Amino acid sequence: MHVAITVNGGLREADVEPRTLLVDFLREHLGLTGTKVACDTSQCGSCTVHLDGKAVKSCTVLAVQAEGATITTIEGLAANGALHAVQEAFHEHHALQCGFCTPGMIMTTVDLLGRNPDPSDEEIRHGLEGNLCRCTGYHNIVRAVHEAAEAVR
Amino acid sequence: MTTEAPPKLFGEPVRRVEDARLITGSAKYLDDLKLPGMAHVAILRSPYAHARITSIDTAKAAAHPGVIAVFTGEDFEHLPALPCAWQAGGVENFVNTPRALEIDRVTFTGAGVAAVVAESKYAAEDALELIEVGWEPLDVLVDAEQAAAEGALQLHENAPGNIVMDWTCGDEQATADALGEAEVVVEERVVNQRLIPTPMEGRGAAAEFEPATGRYTVWMSSQDPHIMRLLMTAFVFGIPETKMRCVALHVGGGFGTKIFLYPEYVLMAALAEKVGRPVKWVETRRENYAATTHGRDHTTYLEIGAKRDGTITALRAKTYANLGGVLSTIAPGIPTTLYGRMLSGAYRIPNIHCRVLGVYTNTGMVDAYRGAGRPEATYLVERAVDLLARELELDPVAIRRKNFIPPEDFPYDPGILRGLHYDTGDYGKALDRALEIVDYEGFRSEQEEARGQGRHLGIGFSTYVEICGAAPSAWIGTVGEGWGASMWESATVRVHLTGKAVVTIGTQPQGQGHETTASQIVASELGIPIEDVTVELGDTQGAPFGYGTYASRSAAVGAVAVYKSLQRIKQKARRVAAHMLEADVEDVEFEGGRAFVKGSPETGKTIQEIAGAAALAYDLPEGEEPFLDDTTYYDPPNCTFPFGTHVAVVEVDGETGEIALKRYVAVDDVGVVINPMIVDGQVHGGIAQGIAQALWEHGIYDENGQLATSSLMDYAVPKTGFFPPFEIDRTETPTDVNPLGVKGAGETGTIASTPAVVNAVVDALAPLGIRHLEMPLTPERVWRAMHGAKG
Amino acid sequence: MYTMRPAEFDYRHPATLAEAVSMLTELEEARPLAGGHSLLPMMKLRLSTPEALVDLGGIAGLDGIAEDDGGLRIGALATHASVADSELVQARCPVLAETAALIGDLQVRNRGTIGGSVAHADPAADYPTLLKALGAVISAVGRDGEREIAVDEFFIDVFTTALQPGELVLSVRVPSTPTGTGAVYVKHRHPASSYAVVGVAAVVSVEEAACTRAQLTIGGAVRTPVHATAAAEALLGVSGSEEEITDAAGRVAESLPDALGDLYASAEYRVHLATVLAKRACLAAFERASS
Repeated sequence: MHVAITVNGGLREADVEPRTLLVDFLREHLGLTGTKVACDTSQCGSCTVHLDGKAVKSCTVLAVQAEGATITTIEGLAANGALHAVQEAFHEHHALQCGFCTPGMIMTTVDLLGRNPDPSDEEIRHGLEGNLCRCTGYHNIVRAVHEAAEAVR
Repeated sequence: MTTEAPPKLFGEPVRRVEDARLITGSAKYLDDLKLPGMAHVAILRSPYAHARITSIDTAKAAAHPGVIAVFTGEDFEHLPALPCAWQAGGVENFVNTPRALEIDRVTFTGAGVAAVVAESKYAAEDALELIEVGWEPLDVLVDAEQAAAEGALQLHENAPGNIVMDWTCGDEQATADALGEAEVVVEERVVNQRLIPTPMEGRGAAAEFEPATGRYTVWMSSQDPHIMRLLMTAFVFGIPETKMRCVALHVGGGFGTKIFLYPEYVLMAALAEKVGRPVKWVETRRENYAATTHGRDHTTYLEIGAKRDGTITALRAKTYANLGGVLSTIAPGIPTTLYGRMLSGAYRIPNIHCRVLGVYTNTGMVDAYRGAGRPEATYLVERAVDLLARELELDPVAIRRKNFIPPEDFPYDPGILRGLHYDTGDYGKALDRALEIVDYEGFRSEQEEARGQGRHLGIGFSTYVEICGAAPSAWIGTVGEGWGASMWESATVRVHLTGKAVVTIGTQPQGQGHETTASQIVASELGIPIEDVTVELGDTQGAPFGYGTYASRSAAVGAVAVYKSLQRIKQKARRVAAHMLEADVEDVEFEGGRAFVKGSPETGKTIQEIAGAAALAYDLPEGEEPFLDDTTYYDPPNCTFPFGTHVAVVEVDGETGEIALKRYVAVDDVGVVINPMIVDGQVHGGIAQGIAQALWEHGIYDENGQLATSSLMDYAVPKTGFFPPFEIDRTETPTDVNPLGVKGAGETGTIASTPAVVNAVVDALAPLGIRHLEMPLTPERVWRAMHGAKG
Repeated sequence: MYTMRPAEFDYRHPATLAEAVSMLTELEEARPLAGGHSLLPMMKLRLSTPEALVDLGGIAGLDGIAEDDGGLRIGALATHASVADSELVQARCPVLAETAALIGDLQVRNRGTIGGSVAHADPAADYPTLLKALGAVISAVGRDGEREIAVDEFFIDVFTTALQPGELVLSVRVPSTPTGTGAVYVKHRHPASSYAVVGVAAVVSVEEAACTRAQLTIGGAVRTPVHATAAAEALLGVSGSEEEITDAAGRVAESLPDALGDLYASAEYRVHLATVLAKRACLAAFERASS
């Protein structure tokens, strides 16, 4: 089945089986391996990308469902070579260790801050419940999101 | 030439050099590897915990579109079972290990029995369902105590009573006597439940084989690629190590699970050879839960004896350690060396005896999980001290202080470490700092007030000590603690012609930031910008050898190797500079990136100039070899023993049994700190994992040996909202074991936090008469205890 | 068992509702696909292997949120996030927006739909419990045309609704509530799945400091959401003191004779949780009704 999806600003077309998951389309067909897979039950959020501007778990979306849509992955977040404020804040506050959950965590944070530019601790922790991290205990992630919120504002 | 030397970076919160790759999605992990012509592998796993395989028919699967070939255990009969590389020291071990694919019998649900090689992951998964296996289910044992009981079903012919090993440490008679004479003895059965480590990246491996040279290359998500090569070449394939290269790319968390050689890694190498194409296998989360190692799973009968004034006189533990259906790579070493030998905790306990029975059951393999043995030991000792305090109506802080090993007693021999000593410590200092942060007195009055209102507030302490920096080789090796090799670390530092330094190390990070830490040491010692340092790791084509990253050894062993090479490079730099400056080498010193004649720093030569001169070698001192480089093999004389105090403050909901973690305070002493930002991060993550054991996580097998917590839908890996911010601080007591004074910081959080939380909950519920609760402290379990206590 | 990619299926993406209905009627073992957050996870584990998926995503006009006779009409494809963020919903039926904001997580709320949630009828889902308490009406369309199904007739069993084969949820109508009504949904989240171990919705109307109408609905505890009728009746006429509400909530167990138990929470504990959460929901609902 033919799909045409705008990914990180460029139109990408391919023939895929209808069952192809969006994450496999991105990783296997387009080679955009920044988006990760860390579970099989839509729990962990490592595969989070933006679909028409909203954070979604790309392991639970079929590529064919994204036909005609606009996708942004972690590779497309930095604009003109300048890191996004969320990326900067994660680096500055040591909000990542192994880095495997990081692309998904960052993509969700960008959506979270789009909805709520000045979230409280509690709102951040609630907003990131769909992203598991096993390294940081989330402590520095919460700090980084606050910092990024300030920078974005 | 006078250039400003960059500031010394050792000890500073330097931002990580790894991050640029990780925050942009450009870092490559195992599943991101795409080799030309690569095929994908899926593995058929046993749906039974214990069963005989009577037949396997792969014809339909092999005929499925996109399938290249299907293999079963018989195809790899020529490969021996995997080695068990750490057997319990000093006793006989009855070893049964997995094979690349099992042939006629499985002993746990999830054991691999067939492999599909296909053009895509989708086709490989499709074909799994087409393989027909004839199964003959057998009776199942799940619980270690039951498996070790008389008359239990025998799982392995060579392991009578299902015992892997029966190991002891300490003086049995003296401990029995001391318990007999003790003024008070407290007993408890303590369960340290099975955990599923859950690194965010599961396991995976890829391999290719070059027929012309007979050489394998195996990529895997691993904490120790050099050990992988050693084990596979020497014990499985029977080939020289030069015929295999092992590579770890970025590793998405390991927590112990990626130390081990797994059947699938061997299988990938063998499959690449058989099908003549590169192959890759990446596990799903359900596979990770079923077939990757689990952690903990101890049941212990504890006795602690003391005088009425709270002075501890004896501790005895008999522990059943559930090791699963077959043994993982270092399974027997964890509940013995790293558990039994740490049962003195931070206390003077004159008589200790520990007996550990390693037991086979029809469950997944159990091996090291972050902390590995020390969390189990710390949980036992810290619960024991609290139980004793309760029995004697003593304050939990006071009883700890009374029994602490005092600072002047270091180095301290706890009597059960078979010759090693606790290096340095000031346990009271960390405790004082923690009490100050948490405002202990203030809390106790708040608690009293809350109790008046019917609220259940509690505070819990864990004043732990742990063992890091696994080494020394002669102590831990085969004739000692049973580890089947040695435990040193290597580092090579070379300074290129342009003054840029390259460090090659044998340790392998999974998020710990080795590149940053090593770069800080190099930049600080050589006085060069951190950008001028490159760290190479993860490839057996790099470092000569390295034992890898686990047991918090990368700083205490690995970084010291780097440091030692740098000292020798600086000596050589001084010699070369002295020649350049026409000065006597004794008059030349090296400081801040420059070598100069003492007293006139403006006349010196920079490290870049010296490196250039050493590399060009047009004019070197008589007999001096060109180039600035050095390789160190460092085998420390002792382990290091970090310590600290963790404090949890909780409130229990009297109606639902839910626990709210109100505060978490940690004061750790990990010796000298190379990068406080990284150490803080290690502590945060460790705390979260330890709290998770206390409150949420439990890997549960049902009576048929089916994993009931088989996915992230059932197994509660904590989410962001589960934690308060952590309040952490440090004291700094350098070790005298190594010249950097560093002890290790990767596991303290996990080791310390679990008992702190449980002690806090028990403290909250003490007025109800509750003295012990089993983990995890789920709302229902707590509610039942409260309900029962009230009723 | 250890797979994470769906088996093959035939994919259809109708542009109109009529097309969708005829595809679902004509194709063997076809399943409608909305946000996919209930269906795709089952398909990835190959617990569900439909022959065909009929993707409703291309049908315009199914995701609206509008006022309807003083109440609300929520299109089947309205995502949880759009319900949670809707100013109209927040103004007219705040509990609906609040509940939507508690479902799953941010990413799930961006994809999951109200139609998918009610059609899936997971006993641990949040919407069914709340909608039952609010007396919602589900509009469905099938080959015999449109019909309305009262929520009390809709949820039949675990993963089973009154929808006929081939029938689709079109919208959910939430009736208006009289002034002086307070509605609250509370849940005990499963620490792993985030689903409701027990969810309780309380809707109470208060006039002159006395409860004139009460609905108390429990989800997660039995196979479908149920009204705790005895407890709700016990609320009538009370002023909303903690003692009165505790007494009334104490009767929740009468409506949960066949409570479910699992690894995380036994039947007994679920009933207990339902009782405690009912008390808390009622207290909060009274407070809302009175303010």
